[in-house]
Order: sequence, then structure tokens, then C-alpha cells
Amino acid sequence: MNKINSYGTGLVAGLAVFFGLMVGAIIMLVSGFNPVTGYVSLVQSALGSSLNIGEVLRSMTPLILTAAGFLVAQSAGFFNIGLAGQVWVGWIASTWFVLVNQSMTPWLSIPLAVIIGALAGALMGALPGWLRAQFGASEVITTIMLNYIALYGGNAFVQGLPKKLMTTTDMTVTLPTEDSLRWDLLANLTGGSRLNIGFIIAIVALVAIWFIMKRTTLGFEIRAVGLNPDAARYAGMSAKRTAVTAMTISGLLAGLAGATEGLGTYLNIFSQTGAPQVGYDGMAVALLASGSFLGIFFAALLFSILSVGGLGMPLASGVPTELVSVVTASIIFFIGANYLIRLILVKIDEDDAKQKAKKLAGPQKKGRNDKKVEKEAE
Amino acid sequence: MADQPIVLEMRDIVKQFGEFRANDQINLQVKRGQIHALLGENGAGKSTLMNQLSGLLQPTAGDILINGQKVIVDSPSKAAELGIGMVHQHFMLIDAFTVTENIILGSEPVNGLKLNTKAAATEIKKLSEQYGLDVDPNALAGDISVGMQQRVEILKTLYRGADILIFDEPTAVLTPQEIDELMTILKGLAAEGKSVILITHKLDEIKAVADQVTVIRRGKSIDSFPVAGVSSQELADIMVGRSVSLFSTEKEPAHPTDTILSVSDLTVKDARGVEVVKNLSLDFRAGEVVGIAGIDGNGQSEFISALTGLMPSASGKVTLKGKNITNKKPRQITESGVGHIPEDRHRFGLELDMTLAENIALQTYYKAPMSKAGVLDYDKINAHARELIEKFDVRTVNELVPASALSGGNQQKAIIARELDRDADFVIAAQPTRGLDVGAIEYIHQQLINQRDAGKAVMLVSFELDEILNVADRIAVISHGEITGVVDANETSKNELGLLMAGMSLAEARAQLAGE
Repeated sequence: MNKINSYGTGLVAGLAVFFGLMVGAIIMLVSGFNPVTGYVSLVQSALGSSLNIGEVLRSMTPLILTAAGFLVAQSAGFFNIGLAGQVWVGWIASTWFVLVNQSMTPWLSIPLAVIIGALAGALMGALPGWLRAQFGASEVITTIMLNYIALYGGNAFVQGLPKKLMTTTDMTVTLPTEDSLRWDLLANLTGGSRLNIGFIIAIVALVAIWFIMKRTTLGFEIRAVGLNPDAARYAGMSAKRTAVTAMTISGLLAGLAGATEGLGTYLNIFSQTGAPQVGYDGMAVALLASGSFLGIFFAALLFSILSVGGLGMPLASGVPTELVSVVTASIIFFIGANYLIRLILVKIDEDDAKQKAKKLAGPQKKGRNDKKVEKEAE
Repeated sequence: MADQPIVLEMRDIVKQFGEFRANDQINLQVKRGQIHALLGENGAGKSTLMNQLSGLLQPTAGDILINGQKVIVDSPSKAAELGIGMVHQHFMLIDAFTVTENIILGSEPVNGLKLNTKAAATEIKKLSEQYGLDVDPNALAGDISVGMQQRVEILKTLYRGADILIFDEPTAVLTPQEIDELMTILKGLAAEGKSVILITHKLDEIKAVADQVTVIRRGKSIDSFPVAGVSSQELADIMVGRSVSLFSTEKEPAHPTDTILSVSDLTVKDARGVEVVKNLSLDFRAGEVVGIAGIDGNGQSEFISALTGLMPSASGKVTLKGKNITNKKPRQITESGVGHIPEDRHRFGLELDMTLAENIALQTYYKAPMSKAGVLDYDKINAHARELIEKFDVRTVNELVPASALSGGNQQKAIIARELDRDADFVIAAQPTRGLDVGAIEYIHQQLINQRDAGKAVMLVSFELDEILNVADRIAVISHGEITGVVDANETSKNELGLLMAGMSLAEARAQLAGE
């Protein structure tokens, strides 16, 4: 077997994070900051108070959902760049539904709104899935374009809402906390943070998606189609239908993420200058998690610590928040360059083996006998 | 022969791909005027070795010597300069160019700015006559037969001054008659002092033309010896490293009964709209193996795809036990009782990155007991896989390794286990032994015979006549999408099949053979 692929994805991801942090440290040094103080203040800002921990968990919510969405699409062989647009339509649809139905009891309106948000995202994901299955249109292109359609269509929708729902031309009124996913218990536990039921939804969704992908015939089909569509067809699966289903689920999860943003975090809708960043960050989280559902949880945690902690860095150590973006970008870079990391690991192993061989066999043996000696030694 | 100088020597060649050692200290010595066969299974490392000689790959360690001089072959043009020419399995000819234009492509002789094709054509004609190639330099490459195209490739290397010619499985695309002619040409080349390296895994060819054979097994040169006085049986023994009975599966005469699958007037069009299967009619009976013989690319793949629902049929009818299954979906066809061992096991037969157990459940995962209400029961899936691994002797660490971790033969056994375990009435085996070692081939043949004896209808599609003659009871020959003849396996000969494969009707073929 090829050695380069034999290293655990966890090790590779961990090293990517490490290298990313190192790059951040070097930049801090070059810019005249103390990296130790910088990172300590980052961690303190993120985890130093229950309020901030609550914010970290809150920030994880949409990341978990979009990353899970990305992973499902990826399993079927799709690169869903449209998560951001799918988040945005989910956000608008769910929050709008509650805004216009404030007379309804929240016990009914909120679950309905969450479902509507999820469905909006699902439709937005199904479309590029169907376009590729039917016409072979590259989902990379269509989802990028659909992000723009969602962004500007959504903005136009928000700006066109009745005056009584708006505070400014770009922003709706804020929902009362009773008409939202906020839950006093969670807020009180975390010093009044914006942590909400969305977090629970995200965890449940993550477990459910894990189950679907690993333990159901649907997940089996999605994986089979993604890994080898020809063999899937040979085995009687409908590659087209499965691909559309996977993209629908992917969009559904992104729509859910949008619902938690609108009904859990912001409690309103305001027009955006770009499709929501959580859609793109979710891709990064999924890449760092490299195919593992548990990995998504920890990768989302890391990204949230970086983003929440990054906000506190300037105050505590003078390091600008932008630096956190550099660290995040570096981590993503090293994830992308995981081949490089694997190559380094192979090299370390080989050097190690050579050292061992030299010690065992003395200096006269060298070259191609190393491997043999190593094997005998083990 | 013994007094001829050694023109090529490869010494202790090692080629490492990551952890995988494709060539492990291979030694090869080729003399002037020698036909030197490289014998070994697919994946043994023959092509890797030759790619290092033709400049496509560089050895990790070891030396290449031409006429006693150490050389570094770091590009195909360097190889040509050193007099090394390769005739590839897939020809690289431009159909719209004449033979001459194809040959001079890349080294065109010029008069000032003008191409001097005439001089080239004369030289090519001369070379063609010298080596008995009988090639018309002015014919269009697209108009001549496959066998002729191959000769053009040979001329190409000769025109560039090659002294060492490498042939990579040259007979794979030829009819038996063309194979005979090629053998004569190879002998002619050797007689003129050229050295020929023949990559093959066909023992007959080695017996027919080679002077010397070097056997490569698992990346190592096992042995090198003169061919004279060695039997095919001995060659096979050395190749696989143990004694095997060569292609003679024990079987009783067939007792065919009812028709299981009936194909009538089936026509299949490919993506370009060309009819690749034309009005094909054929019946398959219980208790009989029907071999489909023919050269690769004569409609076999499309025929199978249409039968299994992977490709639509344009017209005609396929019935399985009286039930119309024409243009049904693959799963409907599978469920009505068709087992399919696909031609390309990596592309169609396996999900290489999924576990062996999941692959074994690939056709049954959606129903009880493998799953209930859409939820997979991995205990059952894995237990069933363990059972089949045992029953079909699939060599693996366990059932949870990815299918890609298995050797080719064991991957094929896993597919066979999956397809035969479902107790299908009609079993399609397409190229079931391609690239496998003799031990696995024997096993697979026996399995097909067992299916026949259990009252199943078996269809065996193969490009290897030996395999068809060994296993099939009745042989249908396909040429250009049409069945040119259906013969009893006991009453035919390789010659007759060869003529049918070349497109003659049965009457024509018999008349020709009677006239000889």
C-alpha cells in the first residue's frame, strides 16, 4: 500500500492546525507582537468567561450544520460551494415566517419556521444537483452563481418587505426573544450569551446525518455513487436520483444553519453585502474534519475559538483581529496542502528508519538494505 | 545464437513507487538477432521494466547497457537515438494520413521547405519488402486493417533506425491469422539482425517464436532460459511458481434443457449512433455454457450492457424465462435472475474504497436481511461476507478491509462470490480471468462449470480462444456486432473460429478450411 496515504487524517489535520498557528506566530513576531501573549489572549478571550464560552458554542452552531452539509454533498461527489446561498435563503425564509406570524404561538410558529428554512435551503441545494444530474452542468459553477442569485434576490426580498416590519430600509424589526430559538436556561447558563436551541438542533442533526450516512441504505447509496458512479449504476442504484438527494440534504442542513442564524443569533434579517460567511467557513471546517463527523465538531470548535477569541485579541494584547483570519487561512492552506504534510511524515519516518538501521547494523550497511534490517529489527 | 553479441543488458534494475517495488533487481540480457520473451502475469512488472527502457520512467537503481556501454535513457527521443523502438498495444496513427506520412511524422525529410515524401515512400517500400511487411506506403492509415496498422508501427521504429524492438502484447488485437503472420514477421526481423523483446503472457506465442525467455514474477526476474526443449506446461509452472493443469477444466458433457434467456434481433447503438450490435439473435439454455468469442471491440461490451440494462437497446427483444426484460432497469434485470461478472472489475464490479463486506452486499444491501426499513444491519452484512469469503476462498485479512487492498484474483473471487451467491438463472461472465494468475483462472473456470452443472445458463465472453474452448459447450462468434457462426465446442478448431472472428460466415470458413 502507498505509504503516503497511510497516516491518520487526524494527525494530518492536527499538523495543519499546528503549522497554521506557527505561521500566525511568525507574522506576529515580524509585526512586533509577542506571539505567546497573542495566543494566550486569544484563548482567554474565547474561553475566559462563561459568556464567551456560550458565544463559542453559539458560533459553532451554523458551522456544524454547514460542514455536515458539505460532507454529505462531498460524499456523493459534489463540491457544494452554494452553502452560503443556501444558508441565506434558509435565514430569510424562517425569520420572515415568524415575522409575519407573530400572532401564532411560538410552539407552532418556531418549529414551522425552522422546517421552512430547512426546506428553502433544500430547494436551493436540489437545483444545482438536478442541473448536474440532468444536464451535466458543473455544480461548482452553478452553486457560485446561485450564491449571487440568492444574495441579491434575498436582499431585494428583504428591502421589499412591508414598512411595518422594517426598522431601516435594509433591516427588519427584531423578534421578541419568546418568538425565537433563544432559551433562558441556555442564556443564563452562559452569562447571557446568545447561545440558543439552534446548538441542540445542530448536534442532533450531526448525529442524525452520521447515522444516515453510515447506517442506512440511503447513505450507502450516496457513498457508493460518490466513490464510483459506474459501479453504483451496475448495482442498480440510480446515480442521478442519489446525487440529487445528497445535494438536497446538503442544502437542507445549510438552510437549518440559516434558520439558527436568523431565529437564534440575530433575531432579524438585514441585507448582506456578501452571502453569509458561515457557508464558506463550513467548507473549511469540513475540510479540516476530513470526512469525519466527530471531526466536524472539533473543527467547528476550533474555528469558533479562533473567531470569538480573535475579537478579544486587540484589547488584551494589541494584536489585530485580522491576524486571526491569517491563522484560519493558513490552517485551510495546510489542509489543502495535506499532501505536503504527508510527504514530510514519510520523510521523517524514513530518516528514522535509517537511523535505526544504522544503529543496529553498524555503518557498513546502507542503501536498500535499510528496509530489510528495519523489518528484522521489529 | 550463442556467439551473437549482447546488445542490451539491464542490470539489477529497481523501480520503486513509494513503498511499492515494481521492479526488484531485474536482470535482462538480449542478444543480437534474438527474440526474447518477457513472460509474466499482468502486474508482474514487465511494462514498468520496458518503460524504463523506452525512456518513460527512470530506474531507482541499476544500470542499462547498450552494446556494453552504460547509458541513461531519460526520454523517449533518447531511446530512439539509442536504437530502441517500441510498438505499443494501442497504435498511435493518424487515420487521415497515409502510411508514409504517419511514419515520417516527427522526422520529416525535407527539400528546403518542401516535404520529400517521395524519397521517404521509396525507403519505406524498401524496408517493407526487406522485412516482408507488405505495406502499401500510400494507403490511408484509416483504411487498412488492424494487423496492417501494427506493421506500420513496426515500420515506424525501423525507419527511425531501431535495432531493439519492444512489442507490448502485440497479439491482443489480432485475429489468429494475423497472429501467425506477425510471428513470421518477428522471425524475419530477428533474421535481419534486429533484437526483439516480446512482452506477453501467452505461452503459445513464446513457444512459437521466442529464442529465450525471461520470466518475471512479482517484480523479480525469476529465471531466464532458452525456449527450445521447454514445454508450455513447464513455462506455466515457472510463471506461477507451482504446478497447475493448463487450461483443462474437468467437465462432463453438457445436458442443456430449457431456454433461459432468449435474444432476438437485438440492435444496440453507441453514443455516436453507430450500430455496434446488429440484429443479434441467440438463445441460452439451462445447463450449458455459451462462449462468445471475438476480438475486443466487436460489440461484446455493448451486447452485455444491453442485456444488463446498462445501455439501451435500439430494437429487438430480450426475454428471461419468458419474461420480457428488454430495456428494463439494471436492478429489475438483476432481480429477475441475472448475475453479472463485469468485464472491468475496477470500474463496474467494485467500490474499491468501500469495505469488502460492503462490496459483497452491493447487490443485496437494500433488502432483508441486509437492511430493514432502510437501516443497514452491519452484523448481518459482515457475517454474510465472512461466510462467502470462506466458501469462495477469498484471501483477505478480514471482511472489513477496503476492496482495493485485495489482489486482482481475490477481488474477482469476491465479485464471483457476490454474483453466484444470488442463485441467478443466467450468469454473464465477461473476461472473468483477465489479468489473473493461472491458479485463479482454474478456480474461476471450475466455478462457471459448477454453475452450468447446477442447471444455470452461463454466458462466457472472452478474447482468449483457449479459455472459450476450455469452458464453453457451444461457441458463438461475434464480429462487427453480428454473430458470424455458432458452433459446438467439440467440433470446431482455432482456425475455424479465427476465420469466423475475422468476419467470414460459417459456410465460407468451412469451405476455405476444406480447400486448404
